[in-house]
Amino acid sequence: MSEHLLSVKDLHTSFTTDNGEVHAVNGVSFNLDAGKVLGIVGESGSGKSVTAYSIMQILADNGRITGGSVEYKGQDITKWNRHQMAGFRGKCCSIIFQDPMTSLNPVFTIGNQLEEAIRLHTNKNRAEAKARAIEMLTLVGVNEPAKRVKQYPYELSGGMRQRVMIAMALACEPDILIADEPTTALDVTIQAQILELMQELQKKLGMAIIMVTHDLGVIATMCDEIIVMYGGRVCERGTADEIFYNPSHEYTKGLLRSIPSTERMKERLVPIAGNPINLLNMPAGCAFCTRCDKAMKVCLDYVPMERRVAKDHLASCWLNDLALEEKAKEMAAAGESAEAVQLATGWVQNEGGEWAFDPIVAEEGGADA
Amino acid sequence: MNKPLKKHLFSSQINLAKFSPASEEEKSQQEVMSESTTFFRDGMKKLLRNPLAVGAIIVLVVLILTIIIAPMVIPYGYDEILKVGGKRDKTAANLAPFTWSENEQKYMEETGEQLFPHIFGTDKLCRDYFARVIYGTRVSLAVGLFASILVMVIGVLYGSIAGYAGGKVDLVLMRICDIIYSLPDLLMVILLSVVLRETLGAAIAGTVFAKLGTNMLSLFIVFGLLYWVGMARLVRGQILTIKENEYVLAARTIGTKPSRILKKHILPNCLSVIIISVALQVPSAIFTESYLSFLGLGVSQPMPSLGSLANEARGALQAYPFQLVFPALMICLIVLSLNLLGDGLRDAFDPKLRR
Amino acid sequence: MSSEYLVEVEHLKQYFPIRTGFATTTPLKAVDDVSFAIKPGETLGLVGESGCGKTTVGRSLLQLYQPTGGRIKYNGEVIFDAGDLNDQGEPQVDEKGNPARLRKPHTVNMLPYRKQMQMVFQDPYSSLNPRMTVEDIIGEPLDVHKLYSTKAERREKVLHLMELVGLNSEHATRYAHEFSGGQRQRIGIARALAVDPRFIVCDEPVSALDVSIQAQVVNMFEDLQHKLGVAYLFIAHDLLVVNHISDRIAVMYLGKMMEMAEADELMNNPIHPYTQSLLSAVPMPDPKLARSRKRIVLEGDVPSPLKAPSGCPFRTRCRYATEQCAAQRPPFTDRGNGHMVACWNK
Repeated sequence: MSEHLLSVKDLHTSFTTDNGEVHAVNGVSFNLDAGKVLGIVGESGSGKSVTAYSIMQILADNGRITGGSVEYKGQDITKWNRHQMAGFRGKCCSIIFQDPMTSLNPVFTIGNQLEEAIRLHTNKNRAEAKARAIEMLTLVGVNEPAKRVKQYPYELSGGMRQRVMIAMALACEPDILIADEPTTALDVTIQAQILELMQELQKKLGMAIIMVTHDLGVIATMCDEIIVMYGGRVCERGTADEIFYNPSHEYTKGLLRSIPSTERMKERLVPIAGNPINLLNMPAGCAFCTRCDKAMKVCLDYVPMERRVAKDHLASCWLNDLALEEKAKEMAAAGESAEAVQLATGWVQNEGGEWAFDPIVAEEGGADA
Repeated sequence: MNKPLKKHLFSSQINLAKFSPASEEEKSQQEVMSESTTFFRDGMKKLLRNPLAVGAIIVLVVLILTIIIAPMVIPYGYDEILKVGGKRDKTAANLAPFTWSENEQKYMEETGEQLFPHIFGTDKLCRDYFARVIYGTRVSLAVGLFASILVMVIGVLYGSIAGYAGGKVDLVLMRICDIIYSLPDLLMVILLSVVLRETLGAAIAGTVFAKLGTNMLSLFIVFGLLYWVGMARLVRGQILTIKENEYVLAARTIGTKPSRILKKHILPNCLSVIIISVALQVPSAIFTESYLSFLGLGVSQPMPSLGSLANEARGALQAYPFQLVFPALMICLIVLSLNLLGDGLRDAFDPKLRR
Repeated sequence: MSSEYLVEVEHLKQYFPIRTGFATTTPLKAVDDVSFAIKPGETLGLVGESGCGKTTVGRSLLQLYQPTGGRIKYNGEVIFDAGDLNDQGEPQVDEKGNPARLRKPHTVNMLPYRKQMQMVFQDPYSSLNPRMTVEDIIGEPLDVHKLYSTKAERREKVLHLMELVGLNSEHATRYAHEFSGGQRQRIGIARALAVDPRFIVCDEPVSALDVSIQAQVVNMFEDLQHKLGVAYLFIAHDLLVVNHISDRIAVMYLGKMMEMAEADELMNNPIHPYTQSLLSAVPMPDPKLARSRKRIVLEGDVPSPLKAPSGCPFRTRCRYATEQCAAQRPPFTDRGNGHMVACWNK
């Protein structure tokens, strides 16, 4: 097995609230390779931001990781102590947030904050840090950087502030940049600038990016791989083209149908019915079952397994398992052994000759290897 | 396939029948809207989960029940000099708690009748100290409560006018507030009580007010004149924030009149902040009353208040320390539990602290 | 006097005084000379970036602010006239650049018009009073305009409205905070519909909603229009949504109108450089298209409205800007088929 830069396995994160325990992230797994752009897409409450915060371990006081692991270059960082994590943040992995106004401290100058971030992780002296700050600002396309370092955050526009945030995040050359809705608070034309900048920087510096957003347009523009989340679980993950052109989960399909597009301009939109999920009151089975048109009885009671639907494409939907039933019948008809059929499709024929779903998986690697 | 195989964690096989479409009904069963709660009920639930606040509520309830019931049970009045067999008992001065005077002991031996114990002892004028402390607590609590209500009424009215009208009206009203804020309150109380004693003393003679005394009246007047400023500022600030909300704008688009907007949309949303502030105002009013009484500017004799009791006890502090301990303890208990309750209310009801 | 148009806005100006010194104020020109008209049952989309004044247009139109200049007509009747338009309908300015006072400003009692013109707000969280039940929120317009005679009638009307916007009538006694964003937006729409209006200003009604819910609400707006024949002024920054719902689209920049045309025409044949870059900046939810498309990325930021450039407001970021653009404000002219553009470029 090749070593991934970041490997998240069965991550669980929950928050203690006045109304009970909220399981915001429920078994999320994914891998990130160096230099790739990974998009996490989902609506509010899908756990996409919490996943990002869990990797950085910057959860609110009432939240904690309750299971799973986050491996960075083969080491499980969920076991790291405070001190080690402080070294991880900024140097190995840094994050930029949605609101560029609140993520900069209003009482210090831009230069001050940049220099502090640089000096925290390197042993540069003040003059060197200042030079680096100006270098970084030039890199992110801030005009007149020497003048800007003396300015306060409120003197800059939203787009400029986001550029400064990116400069700060990249100042220590991290391997991973997590961008949590980096352009949601910005206007379309400014959003285009920032996306352009991020793509350019990614090419130049070669870091991996985790892009957390609800905007499918941004995801399509930026990402190599995509994770679709709903209700704290991964619906499907795969390459951008696979997800957009061959969606294999009803939620993703619904999502793609519900955006107005230029081709189908005056056609009626096809929304996903129902209301967003209540995280305090999750269904026993698939999180999406209450809103799914094609929901089956099994969807209500059992959480679907993640299955490979194509090379570079995994999805968790019972419909994919149902589709395999046909294949199982064909295989059985072709005279394959029951075990081989079961291993390949998860379907077996019980004593009565009826087909039933009872998957077995190879121990090593598993069905999703 | 030479890898060892592992069964998946499903306990049993899932039959094909399970893969038939689920009905809308089955789906909707999974989707349960959480139980309906109102803002108030939600807040109360949170309040009752806070052990300090619950403790404070219990202490306050016990205290209030005591000051209501105790005077009916104990046979002594707050201003009544002890008598034994119809005669003044001169031996009953400065008794320790749960003791009887010589005369009383003699009387009990003679008649075999059990006299009610002096729970907190007696004071130097042979009055039952428990009765005095209970009445003192009554006075202090009542003063605190009424003063706070006075502050609330004036403050809310003034603040909401300033906040809702805005513009020049707001400017003028708030500058008046600033001026009042800059007046030294203690000095005002002393001056007013002196002035009022001269002018009002005769006018109120024989009425209920006389019992309270001009000092108390001046205290109320000072509260009414000065202390509402804080409340007015708070309410104005709240209204300015709430006014920005889109539901107020929505009400205007509908054509709702300003008075209705204030009544239906703005004030109900200030309510939690107002209640919290009143709950925290009561102990501060009790404190003010106590230290004014301690300085001799409180209720007139023989009406006791906790502050004046403490003041009287000061003279004989070394000989009879309990006479200071009891009222002081009572003040502490009331102020502490009201403060804890106020904090609890804030934690439970302040919209800013919710999540 | 009846008119082809339901709502007509002529040279609307909305300035807000901003304190710039100890005793000096500078007018912030949130809306500067904006004109449009909406036919009954039509949807006009209004797009622009934050701070371009699109929300202010909606609010001034409903007289939530008193406009500084211009004239507003509803159904042919003048409901506001600042008195700065001359007999030809041209706006006149005084020497300081403020609207001239040719006549006394004319205002009317808005209460009867509040029954005709309503508004749906952006934020589903702050647009509903948290201390009121759904029934009271939707019933408030009925109370204000006294549209019922008995309590039972009020309840019946409220339940009917709830059904109209797809809410479960069992939820009438619940408080707004118990609902999700999409449901809250439905409550807001039911409130606007309670008085049976003919015109609704929709101020970014779907921007705060998730994509899957957004489509539900957009569909509902369309259904209601078919059913009730209401006209919308649909304000949004999401071009894809606006394009979907609108018959015509108007583009604003720094308080001024840049372009206005039929929706298809504007999307396929944008004339103004700003509209062109706005369209190209929209990230398309299609990876192959996103990779192949050449984006026009605008340089720089939107200037502060307090220091708006002379002449054409867009000239500081425009690729085609000339001296003429700096010297003179381009007129808003028809380029054929009602495609209005304010640009010196031919």
